[in-house]
Amino acid sequence: MAEAAAVVAESLAGYRARAARAVLEQVVLPGEELLLPEQEDGEGPGGAGERPLRLNAGARSRGRVVCGPGLRRCGDRLLVTKCGRLRHKEPGSGSGGGVYWVDSQQKRYVPVKGDHVIGIVTAKSGDIFKVDVGGSEPASLSYLAFEGATKRNRPNVQVGDLIYGQFVVANKDMEPEMVCIDSCGRACGMGVIGQDGLLFKVTLGLIRRLLAPDCEILQEVGKLYPLEIVFGMNGRIWVKAKTIQQTLILANILEACEHMTADQRKQIFSRLAES
Amino acid sequence: MAAERKTKLSKNLLRMKFMQRGLDSETKKQLEEEEKKIISEEHWYLDLPELKEKESFIIEEQSFSLCEDLLYGRMSFRGFNPEVEKLMLQMNAKNKAEEVEEETVELDVSDEEMARRYETLVGTIGKKFAKKRDRANYEEDENGDIKPIKTRKMFLKPQD
Repeated sequence: MAEAAAVVAESLAGYRARAARAVLEQVVLPGEELLLPEQEDGEGPGGAGERPLRLNAGARSRGRVVCGPGLRRCGDRLLVTKCGRLRHKEPGSGSGGGVYWVDSQQKRYVPVKGDHVIGIVTAKSGDIFKVDVGGSEPASLSYLAFEGATKRNRPNVQVGDLIYGQFVVANKDMEPEMVCIDSCGRACGMGVIGQDGLLFKVTLGLIRRLLAPDCEILQEVGKLYPLEIVFGMNGRIWVKAKTIQQTLILANILEACEHMTADQRKQIFSRLAES
Repeated sequence: MAAERKTKLSKNLLRMKFMQRGLDSETKKQLEEEEKKIISEEHWYLDLPELKEKESFIIEEQSFSLCEDLLYGRMSFRGFNPEVEKLMLQMNAKNKAEEVEEETVELDVSDEEMARRYETLVGTIGKKFAKKRDRANYEEDENGDIKPIKTRKMFLKPQD
């Protein structure tokens, strides 16, 4: 009985294991296994098609493949853990086999080391601040983790302030810790975010779309009027403009961008530019 | 008599440095090996079969910053916050610079000018630290360049 089940499972897995290259930019579901390019010979469904020409023989010729968010390592294959589109990035400097990841959509943020986030200070206890970043636990921020902070010279942070910082420790076993300086001790724009402005929440996918290098939304927004925006990877955006009305308009645009097509967006911007 | 038979010395005593100077190399090696055996037997080890870790070519990363080139999170438009605009240029340029190789740094001051400056600088700074008597030596040259300090005048014995 157990043997039959094992055989069935194997055949199912073997049937569903598709080549990663063939599934790029398509929707993948959790539980699928993906084969890396070097493993496609003779393993693909049906094994049809020409054999890819191997310029360098030997299985060890592949570089390091990085499996990003939404994927996990499963033996020699990649196992999908989130549903979304599979993406791939070629290696720039030629080291390694590139990055694969799943472009999924979610609103709940999970702290990741190195991410820049906006947090709200909720408590001050002894030497650390407790900062709410939208995860399962509040992150801890030491008062020495600001630029130019010493034991005598404490930073001016109150409960309720907004902090832009990055994570140094963020895993599922420990409480996340964040700092407002980089590895050289410089602030690099991190720290307490100034007065006024408006903080609102959007989905994580929208943040990534807005922060992409060639984002049209931001270019158009930047032409409207002077403003300042801070994006946190935890789905929080802080905006500030000269008047309250402008700030609110900006917040509404950014929230609505999620579901608008490019044409609708252009219409709205042209209407705004007129008024 | 004690000279007739060798007194039995303990192993610990024999292991001491002053006792080993007289030994030859073979006995030394033997003693060392025995010591090592004793020490390594005391070490704990797991009695499991040796699992060979497969060299994996796949690295797991949970961060999106590796996957997509995201811009810096703070932005300012149309001069609302000049510091943030400066930061934007800096951070986004840093990202680009990591991909593209760095070009040669442009020199603000050419090498020749630098050498010329240093030449005069030595004299100027030297003058600052010279004593009052020696400062006179510095102003002698006609060209305007400051010459280095001359040799000090020693006492000359009168020749009768």
